[in-house]
Amino acid sequence: MTDTTNEPTTIIHRSANAHEAQEIDDIVAMADPTAASADAAAPRVEQESRWKTLSRAFRTAPLTAWFGMITIAIYIIVALFAPLFAPFGEREIIGAQFEEPNATYMLGTDNLGRDMLSRLIYAARNTVGIALLTTFISFMLGGFLGMLAATFGGWVDQILSRIIDVLMSIPSLIFALLALTVANTWIGRMDNPSPWLYTAALIVIMAVLDSTRVFRLTRAVAMNIVVMDYVEAARLRGEGLWYIIRREILPNASAPLIAEFGLRFCFVFLTISALSFLGLGVQPPTADWGSMVRDNATLISFGVAVPLYPAGAIALLTVAVNFVVDWMLHRSSGLKD
Amino acid sequence: MHPIASMALKRLGLGLLTLLVVSIIIFSAVEMLPGDLAQEILGQSATPETVAAFRKELGLDKPPVERYFDWLGGAVQGDFGKSLASKREISDLMSTRLGNTLFLASFAAILAVPISIVLGLLAALYRNTWFDRMINVLTLSSISFPEFFVAYILILMLAVGYPFGLIWVLGLIGIWFLMEGIGSFRDGRKIGKTFPVVPAIFALIGAAFIANVFIGYWKPQLAGVTAFPSISNISPGTSFGERLERSFLPALTLTLVVTAHMMRMTRAAIINLLASPYIEMARLKGMSPMRVIVTHALPNALAPIINVVAINLAYLITGVVVVEVVFVYPGVGQLMVDSVTKRDVTVVQACCLIFAATYILLNLLADILAIATNPRLLHPK
Repeated sequence: MTDTTNEPTTIIHRSANAHEAQEIDDIVAMADPTAASADAAAPRVEQESRWKTLSRAFRTAPLTAWFGMITIAIYIIVALFAPLFAPFGEREIIGAQFEEPNATYMLGTDNLGRDMLSRLIYAARNTVGIALLTTFISFMLGGFLGMLAATFGGWVDQILSRIIDVLMSIPSLIFALLALTVANTWIGRMDNPSPWLYTAALIVIMAVLDSTRVFRLTRAVAMNIVVMDYVEAARLRGEGLWYIIRREILPNASAPLIAEFGLRFCFVFLTISALSFLGLGVQPPTADWGSMVRDNATLISFGVAVPLYPAGAIALLTVAVNFVVDWMLHRSSGLKD
Repeated sequence: MHPIASMALKRLGLGLLTLLVVSIIIFSAVEMLPGDLAQEILGQSATPETVAAFRKELGLDKPPVERYFDWLGGAVQGDFGKSLASKREISDLMSTRLGNTLFLASFAAILAVPISIVLGLLAALYRNTWFDRMINVLTLSSISFPEFFVAYILILMLAVGYPFGLIWVLGLIGIWFLMEGIGSFRDGRKIGKTFPVVPAIFALIGAAFIANVFIGYWKPQLAGVTAFPSISNISPGTSFGERLERSFLPALTLTLVVTAHMMRMTRAAIINLLASPYIEMARLKGMSPMRVIVTHALPNALAPIINVVAINLAYLITGVVVVEVVFVYPGVGQLMVDSVTKRDVTVVQACCLIFAATYILLNLLADILAIATNPRLLHPK
């Protein structure tokens, strides 16, 4: 992950005194496999200094990172307390189709006469929730397999890597379309299928497709860690595979993985939104930004910007996450140019 | 054998193998469907005898492995079988659409590649200045935008026209450009003594934006180009000029979506090299920064740049699906989405194979070009 040979020069260059140099070293160590194993009882002092680094990092964060963090916080609050903010219900039909914005309906109504603002707010919950869940599953799957491949090596690694290579050689939106056709045909054959089944299929398909990218990164990061002496020591102690993955590899791989989580979330979020926009993702009447753009798309030809609100909500969140991740990566890559 | 040739051949073989495995996966998707394909085409009312006869005609009574090779053999010759929904030959549906899609993708590529490489070079040349920072923020944002967002903004701005709220956004961008331009004039040191044209250009762009807002506010028809159609109505009889005009908005959308990534990677590839000793040497000789980058850094950065260009061209394949739907552009992407909605699995299969094959071949091309342009391999010791 990090090229440790480059670090000393940049640190000396950047910091005014030795104390600060030590702290920057700490940040670098977050993504550095040569750092001490996490199961060695860390002294209290070091813990404090890490907390200090974190607060310093926040204080010195660039404006874009602040913008990103504040935006993400607002999204989280809106999603958690959606019923408090929304003036009307998610599926409530309250007026005529495509009403102009007025005092009661602040953003007007949609193609079925539902309040645009309320649906925007509820969609924060649905769309972001579905994307988060998908990313979590994808990380569980891809992360576990990646560490397994790196720890075992040999034929396990070979087989897993070749399967992933093939899966990655099909563009994921195209593969998702194919898989969704098959899944939706199956679900359509059932008598009285629940609309949630379609969403569940979407989540599973996207999670599996995205876990291939997670696998690649986790394997690469874990490969650097398994050759470390402390992993060798744990192996010689007779620790099991699960212990090595959980206590030796995972703590040292966490910094790049967290940054990757942000990037994968953006990707999954955009792909699911694209699928919903195509009418193949989250099914109505669930409020969802991608399908809201699709529902109101006709308004664009009249020069009305309403379909841009949900699309903008998607764009703003991904921009925010990207800004934060960019800042984190810049920090953990040793602050080099 | 020359090392380049042997490596390229190895990649080629690997790529073809991948293509074969992918075709197996795509083929087995249909096998995983519930029920019977023949029954599906004929409908529920067909008698068991007709279904059985039709099965024989389609070759469904053969074992899957044999059918796979029949299907693959047909696909290589452009015969993908029949559509479930319309019962027409898929190759008929596909022929004009494939041409349209390739036209759109190449139009976007011709716009995107030069723009992003030039911007990437400039950002590397003026790194850590306001120009670089602005490019960084802009590209990070446009990477994060969904394609349909970019598409609808372009429709609002360039097709259905003014006036609406976004006019003020344009004004804000203009003011920002203007301030940055003036600011960098004032401390010209930041932008570098060699190229004072850049702040001037940005100041001009800013002024143009602001002027546009004022004109647009008073006379909506004057500002903003309203000539571009928001629906790409393309038929085989459309002339080349009209085709260009009607597919301009979709191509511009795709360009904006892929430019950011290509530009960032170009910048990163060049900056990575700027730390190496031979660049230091060239600088100490007193070369101008532009010459250092163009004659010393660029040849060595060519491999990663070509790689990222090819990867993004492959990405156009995915982007094309959404963009074609937004602009009702008659291409393969739209056909695929329609077929998924209708659960017309044979057409989905054919589209998927075409997209996957293009994607794999472009990635293969990227690999081979990266090998072929690597100076260390070109001049082996």
